[in-house]
Amino acid sequence: MGERYRIAVENSEEQFHCSADTTLLVGMERAQNQALSVGCRGGGCGVCRIRVLRGEYERKRMSRAHVSEQEEQNGVALACRIMPRSDLLICADPSEHAKTSANQSDNNNA
Amino acid sequence: MRKGVMRPGHVQIRVLDVQEALAHYRDLLGLIEVETDSEGRVYLKGWTEVDKFSVVLREADAPGMDFMGFKVLDTTTLASLESALKENGIEVEEIPAGELNGCGRRLRFVAPSGHSFELYAEKEQTGKWGLSKVNPEAWPRDLKGMKATRFDHCLLYGTNIQQTYELFRDVLGFDLAEQVVDPEGNKAAVFLTASMKAHDVAFIDCPEPGKFHHASFFLETWEDVLRAADLITMTETSIDIGPTRHGLTHGKTIYFFDPSGNRNEVFCGGDYHYPDHEPVTWTVDQLGKAIFYHDRVLNERFLSVLT
Repeated sequence: MGERYRIAVENSEEQFHCSADTTLLVGMERAQNQALSVGCRGGGCGVCRIRVLRGEYERKRMSRAHVSEQEEQNGVALACRIMPRSDLLICADPSEHAKTSANQSDNNNA
Repeated sequence: MRKGVMRPGHVQIRVLDVQEALAHYRDLLGLIEVETDSEGRVYLKGWTEVDKFSVVLREADAPGMDFMGFKVLDTTTLASLESALKENGIEVEEIPAGELNGCGRRLRFVAPSGHSFELYAEKEQTGKWGLSKVNPEAWPRDLKGMKATRFDHCLLYGTNIQQTYELFRDVLGFDLAEQVVDPEGNKAAVFLTASMKAHDVAFIDCPEPGKFHHASFFLETWEDVLRAADLITMTETSIDIGPTRHGLTHGKTIYFFDPSGNRNEVFCGGDYHYPDHEPVTWTVDQLGKAIFYHDRVLNERFLSVLT
């Protein structure tokens, strides 16, 4: 297991620890934390999109339908595709596509 | 009325890393690796399928489905379906023979749901993998992982479900096997078949066109589905839900994701459909039970997590 880092969520009490060899999303699930929505865990659906406000991380390829090249440069990422290299401060930033579908599911559940 | 569409023949899936995807579809699902073409696309098939390939993986920067193809009876049928599509105002793109290795001329069109479909009549037949054509044994002994037998169907999320249903029914000759209807009688989901299966392709209404929900692969038994679940855990593969049973189709199922976030299903059992059967109807207020028969509650992920 790699080094463990503290992941804090902006404007909330939420925080969890994630090791360097684990993606943020899986680290969050293992810590029994529910700060972010869990989707495909593979960089495809955009549900776990976040903005990293502070800290270093390594990233794997993620869907361009949800994170543009410029957004990626500006700290937007899918939590299921990045691994921490320092303590991080993040905030949730769900993809527009994912939001549309989630609203649809609310309607269907009503 | 049937118009000569036989079966789902192939699906081309976009993946973020083709080698990771190959390991998933070959070693976990147990599909047979056929070959890699000059563009780097990887071809696979289930071991019981007689045609050369049924799954094509293409590396791209956004996952999802490029297209789903249906095999039709023969070239005469293909020509008549081409005319019928055009008469109904559908734009048809011709893909020349050989663009996919071993596949004949394909006709590609976009359904009102926003998905690309193809029809073709000819594909190289290499036979069932690992079995002789005469006096075949029960199964080949060196299968991997879940030992998926065949590519079975896709579930797609998109717009204009009623128009898409009418295109598949009137032009392509599919039957409505099962449906979900809202109180006004609008269709929220249609399960369409060109065969005796409960679905060869299914659509669920969604505000965004052209979304991919899952590609599904057939297993023989419930024991096989449980064993698939064990393998998902052993390989730390991303799980969605299951093992469980659907109300719709009554299939026994488990859902999981490939390494690029495309959803897969393996399932067994389920209803059958003859052309004189009334469609099986579920109502939107029972959608939870329709989708997950045991939990009777829909998890949001089933509706919102798409590629």
